[in-house]
Amino acid sequence: MSGAAAARTICLNVNGEERSATAEPRVTLVDFLRHGLRLTGTHVGCEQGVCGACTVLIDGFAVRGCLMLAVQAEGRQVQTIESLGTVEAPHALQRAFLKHHALQCGYCTPGMLLSLAQFLHDVPDPTEQEVREAISGNLCRCTGYHNIVKAALDAAAELRGAREEN
Amino acid sequence: MKPPPFEYFAPTKLPEAVALLSASENARLLAGGQSLMAMLNMRYVFPDRIVDLNRVAELDFIEEEAGTLVVGAMTRQRTLQRSPAIAAKLPVVAKALRHVGHFQTRNRGTFGGSLCQLDPSAELPAVALAYEATVVAVGPAGQRSIPFEQFPVTFMTSSLASDEILTAVRFTPWGGKVGTGFSEFSRRHGDFAVAGAIAVLAGETGGPIRRASLTLFGIAEAPKRARDAEAVLVGRRVTADLIEEVAALCVAHATLEDPFGSAEYRGHVAAAMAKSALSEASAELDRQ
Ligand SMILES: Cc1cc2nc3c(=O)[nH]c(=O)nc-3n(C[C@@H](O)[C@H](O)[C@H](O)COP(=O)(O)OP(=O)(O)OC[C@H]3O[C@@H](n4cnc5c(N)ncnc54)[C@H](O)[C@@H]3O)c2cc1C
Ligand code: FES
Ligand code: FES
Repeated sequence: MSGAAAARTICLNVNGEERSATAEPRVTLVDFLRHGLRLTGTHVGCEQGVCGACTVLIDGFAVRGCLMLAVQAEGRQVQTIESLGTVEAPHALQRAFLKHHALQCGYCTPGMLLSLAQFLHDVPDPTEQEVREAISGNLCRCTGYHNIVKAALDAAAELRGAREEN
Repeated sequence: MKPPPFEYFAPTKLPEAVALLSASENARLLAGGQSLMAMLNMRYVFPDRIVDLNRVAELDFIEEEAGTLVVGAMTRQRTLQRSPAIAAKLPVVAKALRHVGHFQTRNRGTFGGSLCQLDPSAELPAVALAYEATVVAVGPAGQRSIPFEQFPVTFMTSSLASDEILTAVRFTPWGGKVGTGFSEFSRRHGDFAVAGAIAVLAGETGGPIRRASLTLFGIAEAPKRARDAEAVLVGRRVTADLIEEVAALCVAHATLEDPFGSAEYRGHVAAAMAKSALSEASAELDRQ
């Protein structure tokens, strides 16, 4: 149990690696990732929980990085967009986003991808309506959502196929 | 914006949390953070101390005991939504949760946090009122139980003292044949509702209503039971005409005015929501 308001070392497991930096307890998880650990793939929009740009996975669950303190993530598995795929080996969702033009400026994209990663894990064979409901907490000001929905359904089919093969 | 400075404590036991809370004049409990963190980021609140309940494991549970169902304050909204016991005994909880924010906010947001936040449009306080739940709180003076009807005192303010912690919510599921309905209107999926209604009806298939609960939310400082409408329902068989008659009584319950809607508008939305919640509940009852 820690009690001070002063900065201290915060040690987190991020994308499978132990990472640490110094921060005050009031620092949000998304600011710690971006400023403390220089992982700038996670974006910040509203800081009020509304836009979803700051979404990260904690123990596999999508959460708002702006509505959690960095200290609260100690001892948990944090996953950011940096670990979803690589340029050489993109995740099925990333391939589908590319194919369907599901991004323009890219501001919402990391949050969309990680939200959809948990959603497709929970609901592997969703309807279009279920996808729309799932991304209702992620705002996109560019695409009009249609292509994101198409990409999500396409990735879902691919992920189901991959699962059957295994 | 960023949160103001505060000292942070993350106790693992309830008595520790009580002691930490009462030792500061200006402390705040942190549950799921889905309301409080936004208020901190916007600097609506300036606590000197944050007491984080997320590591107090004893507050995260769903327990069935002798005809009651008890939900721990730190039970995540996601956990509740997926609990078979909740779905079987308190189906309105599951119906309402689909409308509480988004799946990402339900991954963190808790049952107790939503009750204490007491937003007038929030679904979970309305569910607690609909089922006549009892809230259990502990403070330095010990434990006490508060019927949910007496829990809200004014706009977004509960009757808890500043050094009390809500620990659990106790429900007594209705016996016999029960039908439930939930309906709300919001501008976009996941937004706070303009107004909504919850109906719980008990009786015999095709026979008269034995017990009725009709709760409106988004229409006053806190959720409200439409007692006049309930009195009309009991002893009668549900027909389309009866539903029209009781829904019309709901309009006058609305007192809340804000830039999103006048009281009159909210009252009419609530009446429409009451109509669909009652239809759903009576259809469910008839199927049994
Ligand atoms: C984008 C978005 C959309 C949302 N939409 C909805 C919606 O449609 N409907 C809805 O109802 N809510 C909605 N919410 C809010 C909901 O997600 C929160 O879960 C809820 O309001 C607060 O619960 P929490 O666990 O996050 O509590 P916190 O935010 O941690 O706490 C809320 C308040 O309660 C106090 N508190 C918490 N736990 C206790 C306790 N055990 N004892 C005493 N006091 C306590 C805190 O000190 C604080 O003042 C939304 C939130 C977001 C970010
Ligand atoms: S920055 Fe976190 S939800 Fe918008
Ligand atoms: S691609 Fe620009 S906000 Fe979504």
